[in-house]
Amino acid sequence: MATMRFREALREAMIEEMERDERVFLMGEEVGHYQGAYKVSEGMLEKFGPKRVIDTPIAEGGFAGIGVGAAMVGLRPIVEFMTWNFSAVAFDQILNNAAKVRQMSGGQFDCPIVFRGPNASARQVGSQHSHAMEHFYATVPGLKVVAPAFPGDAKGLLKAAVRDDNPVLVMESETMYALKGEVPDGEHVVELGKAQIVRHGTDVTLAAYSRATHVALDAAAALEKEGISAEVVDLRSLRPLDENTLVASVERTHRMVVVHEGWPYGGVGAEVADRVQRLAFDALDAPILRVATLDVPMPYSSKLEQACMPQPDRVVAAVKRLLVRGRA
Amino acid sequence: MPADSNIAHVATEQSTPAPQTLGASASPAATPGAAPGAELEHLAHLYREMLLIRRIEEESARAYAEGKIGGFLHLYIGQEAVGVGSIAALRPDDYVITTYRDHGIALAKGMSPRALMAELFGKATGCSHGLGGSMHMFDKEHHMLGGYGIVGGHIPLAAGVAFASKYRGDGRVTLCLFGEGAVSIGGFHEGLSLAALWKLPIVFICENNEYSMGTPLSRSMSVEDVSLKALGYGMDRDRFFADDVLEVEQRIGEAVKRAREQSLPTLVEVRTYRFRGHSMSDPAKYRTQAELEEHKKRDPLHRARALLVEKGYGEPRLDGIEKSVEAEVADAIKFADESPEPTLADLEPTTYKGPFAY
Repeated sequence: MATMRFREALREAMIEEMERDERVFLMGEEVGHYQGAYKVSEGMLEKFGPKRVIDTPIAEGGFAGIGVGAAMVGLRPIVEFMTWNFSAVAFDQILNNAAKVRQMSGGQFDCPIVFRGPNASARQVGSQHSHAMEHFYATVPGLKVVAPAFPGDAKGLLKAAVRDDNPVLVMESETMYALKGEVPDGEHVVELGKAQIVRHGTDVTLAAYSRATHVALDAAAALEKEGISAEVVDLRSLRPLDENTLVASVERTHRMVVVHEGWPYGGVGAEVADRVQRLAFDALDAPILRVATLDVPMPYSSKLEQACMPQPDRVVAAVKRLLVRGRA
Repeated sequence: MPADSNIAHVATEQSTPAPQTLGASASPAATPGAAPGAELEHLAHLYREMLLIRRIEEESARAYAEGKIGGFLHLYIGQEAVGVGSIAALRPDDYVITTYRDHGIALAKGMSPRALMAELFGKATGCSHGLGGSMHMFDKEHHMLGGYGIVGGHIPLAAGVAFASKYRGDGRVTLCLFGEGAVSIGGFHEGLSLAALWKLPIVFICENNEYSMGTPLSRSMSVEDVSLKALGYGMDRDRFFADDVLEVEQRIGEAVKRAREQSLPTLVEVRTYRFRGHSMSDPAKYRTQAELEEHKKRDPLHRARALLVEKGYGEPRLDGIEKSVEAEVADAIKFADESPEPTLADLEPTTYKGPFAY
């Protein structure tokens, strides 16, 4: 078991998959000569050369489309967005081409492509650079979306994403790239669609993913001091979503709070709440609550930004509402 | 029979002068040492393909009026020489990708009229099992990479296909067709920019039919010569009228050669005209009947047929072609009519490869 940073785990996944399969290549802005805007691809140009580590101009719609076209005829591209915010100008390629080409061709063409990059808030980067884009993409049939919270899962999920025959979107976090964690030695592939319980508890289930998993863990630690036992389910995969793990957890704890970045209107939290209340209605002792980013564009001010983002104290407050009052 | 297809009856009277020679330079069928008559047979083959497209389109319009085809239906009538001539310049393993006006392109690339008509009828035997429809004609076996419904969205895709050919060194060329209406959108510029930057083996063909839906070129672009856009990307360009299918084949052939031998892209503006509205709901009131009639005098089918007659191909053989096309079209319609519809069970397996991701 090696300890490595989140960015190193992603890099190791890409290197291993590129060594394993000639059809895999990395494309994106500053991935090569610059060594990656966040140094995820550091050293990869030197290792694989410019044929397989390809610097692109600032043209997300163009190079996302190039990736989709290449995937349709048999290559397996990894397309890096410098941040998922910029995927908004490539939305048409992901929504209309990557997600739909299999169905609109009657199953003749596949699109084995990975789109990856940092997602959601960074630090004071303002309203246009702080979007949690997974909520837009996870609604689209034809796509798969994963959002790891730990280096080991980052590596394992990215490797699984590269090997998947469908478009897989990997949501990372700028604020987690330096996070250290254990990564199993040898071939480490994490199956898409499997959540994991990262802290066991009995009183409430906190469902989260990506950076919000750490917020939930902090909240669980704070709740423990007050004698409240919280279970934390790290979703890891948003589409497919692991209903079984969520339902099994709620059947033990009878309460749930979903924690994620991004706005509260619709989105992954609403989806989780809908499924759990449908599938485990009798197990619930209280409504499912969500702790999300406040329903405004992200402000620049550090204090306001922190106030908008999900924080452990808001999670704690939500749990207490459920436990103390038994209702929302 | 609808008016557009009265070729056999009016061809000898039509006013477009036939060229003095068969094409400006050698077509693929006219290799040195080819048997005499090979060129004529080749033209007859192209004429047959164009006629098949026209008759399929006319019957599609009829079926649409009968309610057998739903949604949008964008007909290729008038533009047949572009698709047929261009694809004639390709190898069978070359790739073709196009916009939503895709029936003629798919047929020219080798799709069977049965698979095409069944797709229009929304049947399980259609090329895309009735899940794609008029705008999404895909045929993997013939390397037809589909028609796409978002204007310009497929242009970066096409560059990606050419990128894959260069990556693998497979020697294949990608042909990407679109209308002049796509030239204003970002996908066009990003696709051309990257194709030029990375020297991709691709031919971009702008089928300039003068109207982007109901808006004439003069009201949609500051510079009406689309081919000039290539200059900004340092890309080779060409521009000509699609009256003569052999000229289309020859001129596109030069661009294909450049792509195959030098891995360089070309932007070709082929000037053409659609004889029908943008789609079935469009009565085309933005243009005059006189303008339409002028363009119909330059019908590439008439021209090809007149040339065949002049070169002695003979009415009996032309009659044979026309009869066989009629039989093929009738067979396609019968097949589509009698085919089963897709079922709900077809949806999940075509959305994801492997288990459905929910």
